[in-house]
Amino acid sequence: MAAELHVALVAADREVWSGEATLVVARTTSGDIGVMPGHQPLLGVLESGPVTIRTSDGGTVVAAVHGGFISFADNKLSLLAEIAELSDEIDVQRVERELERAKAEGDASAQRRADVRLRAATATR
Amino acid sequence: MGAQLRVYKRRIRSVTATKKITKAMEMIAASRVVKAQRKVAASTPYAQELTRAVTAVGTGSNTKHPLTTQAETVTRSAVLLLTSDRGLAGAFNSNAIKAAEQLTERLERAGRQVETYIVGRRGLAHYNFRERKVAESWTGFTDEPTYADAKKVAAPLIEAIETDTADGGVDEIHIVFTEFVSMMTQTALDDRLLPLSLDEVAQEASPQGEILPLYDFEPSSEDVLDALLPRYVESRIYNALLQSAASKHAATRRAMKSATDNAGELIETLSRLANAARQAEITQEISEIVGGASALADATAGSDY
Repeated sequence: MAAELHVALVAADREVWSGEATLVVARTTSGDIGVMPGHQPLLGVLESGPVTIRTSDGGTVVAAVHGGFISFADNKLSLLAEIAELSDEIDVQRVERELERAKAEGDASAQRRADVRLRAATATR
Repeated sequence: MGAQLRVYKRRIRSVTATKKITKAMEMIAASRVVKAQRKVAASTPYAQELTRAVTAVGTGSNTKHPLTTQAETVTRSAVLLLTSDRGLAGAFNSNAIKAAEQLTERLERAGRQVETYIVGRRGLAHYNFRERKVAESWTGFTDEPTYADAKKVAAPLIEAIETDTADGGVDEIHIVFTEFVSMMTQTALDDRLLPLSLDEVAQEASPQGEILPLYDFEPSSEDVLDALLPRYVESRIYNALLQSAASKHAATRRAMKSATDNAGELIETLSRLANAARQAEITQEISEIVGGASALADATAGSDY
């Protein structure tokens, strides 16, 4: 069994992250799923939520993903998302402001988006 | 300065100003082509992975989905035409419009009703001027389309195909856009977007005929396909928008280059004419002076007698 899997996290307009990893945890519509090397071929629908990638050198990459798909085959994992941001790309203060504004305006989807971003950003700090 | 010469000088000045403008536009377009090309390249991984996933679900399950099954009798088709907001791009827009009109004619000859959807002010103006019906149109983002724009365009189309034909929906969607082949070549072409022919998609995803693994679907193959197909359509439209934008900039660059060249030639011809006019003026002045002097000499010579 291969010890690591190749991960490509791609957003609609760019490749956000790619590299080798030992474990990827993502949230699908039917619950959190962890993928390790040698997993059965899988195709799932992602919910918006943080995705955690444990890289092969021991580091952790967290990204906020808003909808999309996870597909795994031949030890290659692709995370497809319309919008995806790495945790260190997220400006916490701005997201907090967005969250407050969304709460004030009662915009549920914007609130959820901001919440996901915030959780992804704080997960690594 | 003579009147003739003054007119030439004025025209040279105005053509020089035009040349400067077209040269600047050429340079702007050249830098935008590169940017647009880079965007096309950046969107490729997503499109590729999505195509792979669609193929996997399409071939790995026997799911029937309205977006992949051909209606038995196609009565209404939608045509999405991608043009640009601005002109000054040579035959770019007219080629795209012509391709759309040919497609429309072909579909109508096959007995289908055609609904036209238009992106870009140019195409919209063309249709409005001829008082043709446009189902929906979008303008204002053709120079630098974003994924959100593609979503906006895709939403009513997906809705139309999911609606029953009897209730005003459509059975198939065609897209007409300008493919960016190279810096020098851009071709307007039409393509059927939906219903999807999975064989073609499969060919695209793995030309070597590699066998796709048997996937485990989460939560189920129907749900995955439901979620996947609209995204696939959006990504196709996004790609077409980006290619159209790149093509438009390339066409602008070429058009502005020939405009600059023409202005250069015009300036050369005009300066030749201006020189000839100046020379004629000088010759005339000399002959006037000589003539006047000799007339004066003749007169004084006459008075001596």
